[in-house]
Amino acid sequence: MEKTIITVVGKDTVGIIAKVCTYLAENKVNILDISQTIVSGYFNMMMIVDTGAMTKMHGDLADDLKALGEEIGVVIKCQKEEIFDKMHRI
Amino acid sequence: MINRYEVAETNEMIEKENLDVRTITLGISLLDCIDADLKLLNEKIYNKIYNAAKDLVKVGEEISKEYGIPIVNKRISVTPIALIGSAACKTIQDFAGIAQTLDKVAKEVGVNFIGGYSALVSKGMTPAEELLIRSIPLALSTTERVCSSVNVGSTKTGINMDAVKLMGEMIKEAAEYTKENDSLGCAKLVVFCNAPDDNPFMAGAFHGVTEADKIINVGVSGPGVVKTALEKVRGENFEILCETIKKTAFKVTRVGQLVAQEASKRLQVPFGIVDLSLAPTPAIGDSVADILCEIGLEYAGAPGTTAALALLNDQVKKGGVMASSYVGGLSGAFIPVSEDQGMIDAVVAGALTLEKLEAMTCVCSVGLDMIAIPGDTKATTISGIIADEMAIGMINQKTTAVRIIPVIGKGVGETVEFGGLLGYAPIMPVNPFSCDAFVNRGGRIPAPIHSFKN
Repeated sequence: MEKTIITVVGKDTVGIIAKVCTYLAENKVNILDISQTIVSGYFNMMMIVDTGAMTKMHGDLADDLKALGEEIGVVIKCQKEEIFDKMHRI
Repeated sequence: MINRYEVAETNEMIEKENLDVRTITLGISLLDCIDADLKLLNEKIYNKIYNAAKDLVKVGEEISKEYGIPIVNKRISVTPIALIGSAACKTIQDFAGIAQTLDKVAKEVGVNFIGGYSALVSKGMTPAEELLIRSIPLALSTTERVCSSVNVGSTKTGINMDAVKLMGEMIKEAAEYTKENDSLGCAKLVVFCNAPDDNPFMAGAFHGVTEADKIINVGVSGPGVVKTALEKVRGENFEILCETIKKTAFKVTRVGQLVAQEASKRLQVPFGIVDLSLAPTPAIGDSVADILCEIGLEYAGAPGTTAALALLNDQVKKGGVMASSYVGGLSGAFIPVSEDQGMIDAVVAGALTLEKLEAMTCVCSVGLDMIAIPGDTKATTISGIIADEMAIGMINQKTTAVRIIPVIGKGVGETVEFGGLLGYAPIMPVNPFSCDAFVNRGGRIPAPIHSFKN
């Protein structure tokens, strides 16, 4: 399993999760966990996904999601889990 | 499992507080390139560096994208060229030719600096080493990306005062050679005492002779992250202050460790060290001086500055060593003037002088760094400044360095603009009294008593 963290931040609008999830499904990325809140109109989502079966390169996934985010009007970041794990766990 | 707050904290550090990996530096040994034929030597150097480093920039960018962490610079350090060129180089032009080869290959593989145009002369100089030192002004004025350093002293050997005198002259000459560009050549030239073999930061990086054939060293930074963390503990006592710096340094260094291991794996080059330095840039919020202010000073340079810097440097090291198995290089807080907006403001306000900076270098990780002084400063005065700084390093068993820029044609009150990461600086006054007779004595200062530990 290769865990990746996807974060989506921006102004709330219809279909953010749908669009992101459709893209992930098309690229064989399995969603393990989603948490989402809306604070004063701002959408804030974190997903933990498994990219083990993905056919794309990780860098391309990051580029595609960034572009998709620009299309919807939100910021999407996609980072391998280790950076958070290393920083916050001993 | 990682939670949302931890993810948000990391990303805020990256996006708002300028957390980055400052450099991945690939150290390459050129010892197997040595040849008495100059043309062949240049060819071998070019080929070895090209083959070792051709994927460095690509791999750096891949890692940066996958983890979402900026990796600002990709750089190369090589074995001190005074050793590599000693059999082939008979003139300063021969040595400068090697610098041009280094510059060419640096541009070809896309790194922004290549360090190692260096000589290690802490006890004495061979004719080749002296020739290399004399070629530095020509080398720096005919190349863009080459960085040069000279180690003129150590705790174990004392200070080579002949080399100190010569370096004063060479700094002046390098300033003259590059006077059209505000004497920029001097910004790429460092004089060291106790120079580390594995420093990934420029301009002082070189690949020591004690190192393996190739090695990956990583320099992390994040003054903005420390400053922001300290904002949350305003008014608290020193215990809490120190604990906060330590925790933050740990987190920052862990990112460096991750990047270093990844780069090592992908380039199939062993991992050397993580250098956990707080290295400022001219960007707002990326300043070591701002941390000192957050600790409680009106400006860097105010009474208390040396103590504040001492605790900062120490806590950064304490947090960092826990985060990585191999820490090295300089590791601590850098206090360059032109590369740190808070330092520049302190100089302009009259709070920070050259003398106070010298005191600060007793407790920081490097030395007098990126300081612009009047262009008419005498070479012997520059040598005197170097000797003082080397003495601090020698006696305190630490690395010290001088990177000072006599800006030809400019004086106190004027400003000099270096551009990019090198920033800009107000020209600082230098003590006008002479040290000619001291510098002109010749010879070397013996090693201090505490060097005899055998």
